[in-house]
Amino acid sequence: MAIKIKLFANFRDGRGKIVEMDYTPGMTGQDVIDDLGITAPEIAAVIVDGVDGKVDAMLAVPIKEDGYIAIFPPVAGG
Amino acid sequence: MFGYMGKILRVNLTTNAITTEDLDFELAKKYIGGRGLGTKLYMDEVDPKIDPFAAENKIVIINGPLSGTATPTGGRYMVVTKSPLTGCIASSNSGGEWGAYLKYAGYDAVIIEGKASLPVYINIDEEKVEILPALDVWGKLVTEASDILREKQPGSKVMTIGPAGEKLSQMAAIMNENDRTAGRSGVGAVMGSKNLKAITVKGNLKPEIADAEALKAVTKECRALLKENGVTGGGLPTYGTAVLVNIINEHGVYPTNNFQGGVDPDAEAVSGETMTEKYLIKRNPCHHCPIGCGRWVKSEHSPDGIGGPEYETLWVFAGDLGINDMDVVIDANYWCNELGLDTISAGATLAAAMELYQRGFITDEILADDIALKFGNPESVVHWLKKMGNREGFGDLLARGSYRLADFFGVPEYSMSVKKQDIPAYDPRGIQGMGLQYATSNRGGCHVRGYLISPEILGLPEKLDRFDLAGKEVWAKAFQDLTAVIDSLGLCLFTSFAMGAQNYADMINEVLGTKWSADEVMLAGERIWNLEKLFNLEAGITKADDTLPPRLLNEPMPEGPTKGWVHKLDELLPLYYKERGWDEDGIPTEERLKKLGLL
Repeated sequence: MAIKIKLFANFRDGRGKIVEMDYTPGMTGQDVIDDLGITAPEIAAVIVDGVDGKVDAMLAVPIKEDGYIAIFPPVAGG
Repeated sequence: MFGYMGKILRVNLTTNAITTEDLDFELAKKYIGGRGLGTKLYMDEVDPKIDPFAAENKIVIINGPLSGTATPTGGRYMVVTKSPLTGCIASSNSGGEWGAYLKYAGYDAVIIEGKASLPVYINIDEEKVEILPALDVWGKLVTEASDILREKQPGSKVMTIGPAGEKLSQMAAIMNENDRTAGRSGVGAVMGSKNLKAITVKGNLKPEIADAEALKAVTKECRALLKENGVTGGGLPTYGTAVLVNIINEHGVYPTNNFQGGVDPDAEAVSGETMTEKYLIKRNPCHHCPIGCGRWVKSEHSPDGIGGPEYETLWVFAGDLGINDMDVVIDANYWCNELGLDTISAGATLAAAMELYQRGFITDEILADDIALKFGNPESVVHWLKKMGNREGFGDLLARGSYRLADFFGVPEYSMSVKKQDIPAYDPRGIQGMGLQYATSNRGGCHVRGYLISPEILGLPEKLDRFDLAGKEVWAKAFQDLTAVIDSLGLCLFTSFAMGAQNYADMINEVLGTKWSADEVMLAGERIWNLEKLFNLEAGITKADDTLPPRLLNEPMPEGPTKGWVHKLDELLPLYYKERGWDEDGIPTEERLKKLGLL
């Protein structure tokens, strides 16, 4: 099984829009960003399987076996 | 007098009298400028119960004490009048260059009164101010009218209305530099009601600065903050406001089909990433702006490109209409700019019309078998925008906005508006603080009166639980008050992604020679908010108007990460009134008004 990693804005540079990664039990967002070469301070928002929250907390949440994580750098507008 | 030019220009279009008055420096400092001082000047002269289209109504066009200085983004102006859309105070602001140029011409504000017997424009060239015939530009689209006026007044910046303003659409905007917009609340229609097509302005004067050297240092510091910040130095310059499409959609608060849903699986097609990759020609920054979020994009309308759409425009002409075609959005944005229509309200009115069509209230017979107003029909968009702006056929009804349209069919609940002004691109069912802000905004449905998207979605300055009600009334008040300050200074709200109240206080102090603390800055913002509230109360707006469309209060979000949620306004509103020091009916208490110097 693979999880889906959705990337946005400059996180796509050199990585693409969506990256698939083999699932391993207990894997978290921290494991994902370590693999992608992204650091937590670069991240402004994280959604794991449809749930958002503070970045540090969300990076520690286990991702579901067929789940996804969305990772955003600082973005804003209005 | 530092910071201000010290002069107010008054133009009476009935009598053709042109006069100047000295600015009261103490009054100016109390209300800062822009939105605050503009509202005070307006309220001192106009009965809040006035018909917005009456000749006796006035328009205050005003810059801020930081406009035209070296401070970052200091080029904005505010248009204050009574809104023909909402019946509330209207304060609609725009970027570009015009606001700074009004200052260079030597004026802090222009007060327009009366009504011309024939179409006119006002030319301001420092002390030379003229009311000139505008018959040759009346009826013309914004770019053509602006080009003609720039040829007549070389070196001038032009603000003008389009056909929508001339024909009194309650959604009419005022445009400057062709594609910059004082968009909301129908301020363009008030200009049109006075037979005033445009104002051209130029000059070479500069405000005196209390401590120019200290201002240089503060400005350098603020510019560094903007550059180093991930949003103002990264996301916004690279992708523009369109970068919000994906993050808002991923949170399930991206309204689709007139807020019937909250997730659009095809939103990527109109995202900031797509725009940057396939459409962006260059950035299109405003006056003295180091951020440069404005876009200049490819379009069939010009080989050199045209001004590109903002996030709210992308959303409204894509997700909210069930269409996901960047070319359609760019075209719709172009036509709104040329007709002089607020993109948010114009698009939201089409969305409401499409839901009325979906539910059988609007029929092909009513449309005289014209193009169907149907979700997902790209052909309908520009076709009906043109009819809306020119008030042709059914477009005459559309031109009145979504509330009046839906109310005409006896179902105002299908208008996704607050106080008859459409709410923008963020579904409050999944952003509880933002919903409170929408409901209590003094100018009706609006995202830029307190952008709680920052903490509730974007994690700025810290991430809040977007569903949790705790403390949201405190955040709403703080954001509303600080926004009132920024709008009054003549700066762009986007500076607040990187800067705080103390940074604004530092700039104010070096320009004006004051010694304001951050707390005093926030108090000024609260004063301005309450002043606007007092206008609305006298205009007949009540607690019953501080609400949201029934759908958002009663119909749970049907899908996505916000599934199952409604907005809990009944729990938040009493807390908000208490936080503001208002009574249970939302009326400011005598004690609070005294504290704010409003009694």
